[in-house]
Amino acid sequence: MADIAFLLIIFFMLTSVFSSNFGLQYGLPKNEDPANIQPLEATHIHILGPGQYTVDRRSATLPQIAGYIDEKLKQNPRKPVIVQTEPEVPYWVTVEVLDMLKQLRVENISIPTSKEVEMWRAFTGGVAP
Amino acid sequence: MRRLKVQRVAAVIPTASMADIAFLMIIFFMLTTSFSPVKLSVDMAESVSWEEVEKTAAIIAIDPRGNIEVSNGIAPGAVINTMDELEIFTREVIAQDPTKQFIIKADRNIPYQAFNAVYERLRDSNCRRIALLTIQKRAPAP
Repeated sequence: MADIAFLLIIFFMLTSVFSSNFGLQYGLPKNEDPANIQPLEATHIHILGPGQYTVDRRSATLPQIAGYIDEKLKQNPRKPVIVQTEPEVPYWVTVEVLDMLKQLRVENISIPTSKEVEMWRAFTGGVAP
Repeated sequence: MRRLKVQRVAAVIPTASMADIAFLMIIFFMLTTSFSPVKLSVDMAESVSWEEVEKTAAIIAIDPRGNIEVSNGIAPGAVINTMDELEIFTREVIAQDPTKQFIIKADRNIPYQAFNAVYERLRDSNCRRIALLTIQKRAPAP
């Protein structure tokens, strides 16, 4: 009986996945007409690659972006932030930026869809936001 | 002269409670074991911010090769081949529970466009709550 008991213990020890049920949670808005989005009022973060970011069209490092957004939040705690990522950028880079925004307690984070990016480009006359 | 008799005590570890301890450990691991509904092996990204997600949330796993496996959180995962299938699955889950949370369990090295394709389909399916599954990273020392 002791042998069976220890076999069961070993089985459950090896198969127990203290499954990662933790992560970054977001609530999505209802599908709105993309024309209602106001990109000019938001802070825009453009992720070009690992370690390559621009914030409001200026190159910056992640700590610099954090400081910049922190200042913006002091003026307007509900300041929206748009996070746009280039298609080939590894996913972890985007998560790193989203994590930084979560730590800064940014309430409104927008991840634009490709349709919305096209709308912005049309709105700004072909210039990427 | 009297010879003192040294009483030798046998070095014995009492094992009477070993079976009790063994069964307690069995019960502990039986209660804490959770068999993940999705089987795709994913190396997750890290984050300092960490919020617990619902245990019955639907899961969409994306592995490094772009394979996608979905589960409604209760049934075992099923591999899907097209984004249209993903949208059908999402709409079915939303139809049953409009407030269902969707977990995206994506490998850290997938290109952003792979994640974005799933994300856009979730938005098109009127999904309201998503979570990006991560593993905890220690915050850097101040």
